[in-house]
Amino acid sequence: MARKISIKQAVNEALDQEMARDPAVICMGEDIVGGTGADGEKDAWGGVLGVTKGLYAKYGDRLMDTPLSESAYIGAAIGAAACGMRPVAELMFIDFMGVCFDQIYNQAAKFRYMFGGKAETPVVIRAMVGAGFRAAAQHSQMLTPLFTHIPGLKVVCPSTPYDTKGLLIQSIRDNDPVIFCEHKALYGIEGEVPEASYTIPLGEANVVREGKHCSIVTYGLMVHRSLEAAATLAKEGIEVEIVDLRSLSPLDMDTVLDSVTKTGRLVCVDEASPRCNIATDISAQVAMQAFSALKAQIEMVTPPHTPVPFSPTLEDLYIPSAAQIAAAVRKTVKGGKS
Amino acid sequence: MSGITPIIMPKWGLSMKQGTVVSWLVDVGASISVGKPIMEVETDKIASDVEAPDPGVLRRKIANPGDVFPVKALLGVMAGEEVTEAQIDAYVASFVTPVDADDDEDGAAEQAWQWIEIDGIRVRYARRGNAEGGKLPVLFIHGFGGDLDNWLFNIDAVGAQNPVIALDLPAHGQSSLTLAGTTLKDLARFIAKFLDAIEVPRAHLVGHSMGGAIAAQLALDAPARVASLSLIGSAGLGREINAEYLAGYVAANSRRELKPVVEQLFADASLVSRQLLDDLLKYKRLDGVSAALTELAAGLFPGGQQGELPVPALAAGGIPLQVIWGEEDRIIPAGHAALALKGIKGAKVTVLAGAGHMVQMEKAGEVNALIKAQVA
Repeated sequence: MARKISIKQAVNEALDQEMARDPAVICMGEDIVGGTGADGEKDAWGGVLGVTKGLYAKYGDRLMDTPLSESAYIGAAIGAAACGMRPVAELMFIDFMGVCFDQIYNQAAKFRYMFGGKAETPVVIRAMVGAGFRAAAQHSQMLTPLFTHIPGLKVVCPSTPYDTKGLLIQSIRDNDPVIFCEHKALYGIEGEVPEASYTIPLGEANVVREGKHCSIVTYGLMVHRSLEAAATLAKEGIEVEIVDLRSLSPLDMDTVLDSVTKTGRLVCVDEASPRCNIATDISAQVAMQAFSALKAQIEMVTPPHTPVPFSPTLEDLYIPSAAQIAAAVRKTVKGGKS
Repeated sequence: MSGITPIIMPKWGLSMKQGTVVSWLVDVGASISVGKPIMEVETDKIASDVEAPDPGVLRRKIANPGDVFPVKALLGVMAGEEVTEAQIDAYVASFVTPVDADDDEDGAAEQAWQWIEIDGIRVRYARRGNAEGGKLPVLFIHGFGGDLDNWLFNIDAVGAQNPVIALDLPAHGQSSLTLAGTTLKDLARFIAKFLDAIEVPRAHLVGHSMGGAIAAQLALDAPARVASLSLIGSAGLGREINAEYLAGYVAANSRRELKPVVEQLFADASLVSRQLLDDLLKYKRLDGVSAALTELAAGLFPGGQQGELPVPALAAGGIPLQVIWGEEDRIIPAGHAALALKGIKGAKVTVLAGAGHMVQMEKAGEVNALIKAQVA
């Protein structure tokens, strides 16, 4: 039976149900329990934003508070995964991945390949992504392209509570390392989610809105901005189709190409920095594989190539807006052949 | 005002809040008989026809193709010749769209469903309709992999005449993902227990596909409980069934895989909307669904054939029986309809053109009229 819950609750429920189902699932991270060491107080926080709240009471020491040393506990999680556990490590902000990058891209991502399929690394690294939280340049980045660049890593970035639960359960059951990106500005949004466990395959995009004039390909918070833009454009007679990629690696190019073939126009919207991001990747692939379907130039909407500003005014200008997305759609709809 | 019949936006299924007018099927001035399709309306799930509730002449079209209206909004006006244009103007001007009773809050659709536990299985069901006429209730039983929403266009239409009940079978829809057995006898016994639990001693049964075979089995096992049978695109008449469809439906886990499979259910494949597929995927992706459907299919359709054929055995039962089929059924061939005629005295057979396996959705008006006649 479905009821409305938030993305934060959806993450919690997915972890809860998988920990109940499979004793090999463990959680580790900074303050995911609460940290003081005293019974009762231990479960006080459940992570900086309370996502893992309540799990310690049920699963005890299968949730581990770690020292403030990402390189140590991400390494430990990857090692535990290689030895048969299914760890879910919370890295708080994806910006901190830098200090443990060797473990992620040179170890976890390579084990299956370099050991001839004899080793698997079923680890999930959850991390908050995205701007809009007034948390400055070191806590606000959308670093998804750093991870899609690495063969051997899977990368997921959901936009709804339903997708979050199904994709997180699938990520935990997946035998490869998954970087699971949770947009901090979306934790509170609510949607219908079944109480029972379910999975959504990695590598399947979702057409969240159908339209015939232009395709928008995007993910995460930008799905919601694109829906806003689509509502505005509909009043002008422009019907936009929106493809929510959901998984960035593997990438569902079939759905993207189907949509562009139908509409003939493409706007890629990405909250990541503009050079070599998801938008440039999609644009290049569409230009190569569906050039003849395109009626006009491809447009991209991204932030400028700068660090995320701390000034609230500038931060709001930095994040792509519904107005910018609508303008890009109008530009490509006016351009080219009709 | 007397003599005026409003044509309003229908409510198909509990979650429908609005619909889009696709086209008018009759012209102003045309006289219309009861049940005649007047216009086509599309919801986020599916498109269907709006039918005339009363006979009359179409006098005014209010809705234009492409317009979106809330449920129960005025789309057009039928009236007799004695009604003047001015009276119609006044009627239209004073028409107030009634508030949809189910629309008070987001959770209202949930509340319209009821839940009951039978043998540890939580069953979702809907029970409503006209309880005042003293008529026996009509129980709708869906098919393999379906749910009570398969009767979206039927339960309220039939409910205007009789009390109606529709359930999600075990391991289907939103009922518990636990099978109540994998034989028709097991499933018929479960239906009997369900009827006990909701205190319905006797009912008319309407079954689609696998649900038809279950209804026929219940008529064999407990004939006193079954007032009549309406079997739609039903299993239980002949051996043949589209095994490729069954395997494809069970295996499909993405929209891309599921779409061509589900399109086989309809004569008009364009009826398979994104929303319809999303709803099916939401069900199919639940842990346990795939295993349950695999087990059920193995039990009922061993080796890709129908294992049990209760309908021919009904001959001696004397329960009024009608069989309805879509001519273009690609799951269970419409040729099976003739099998009912062969052995069973008084069986009524209707094969409808332009419809596939989901004939109760594609030709809802005709099917509703046939069911209403059977259960009157």
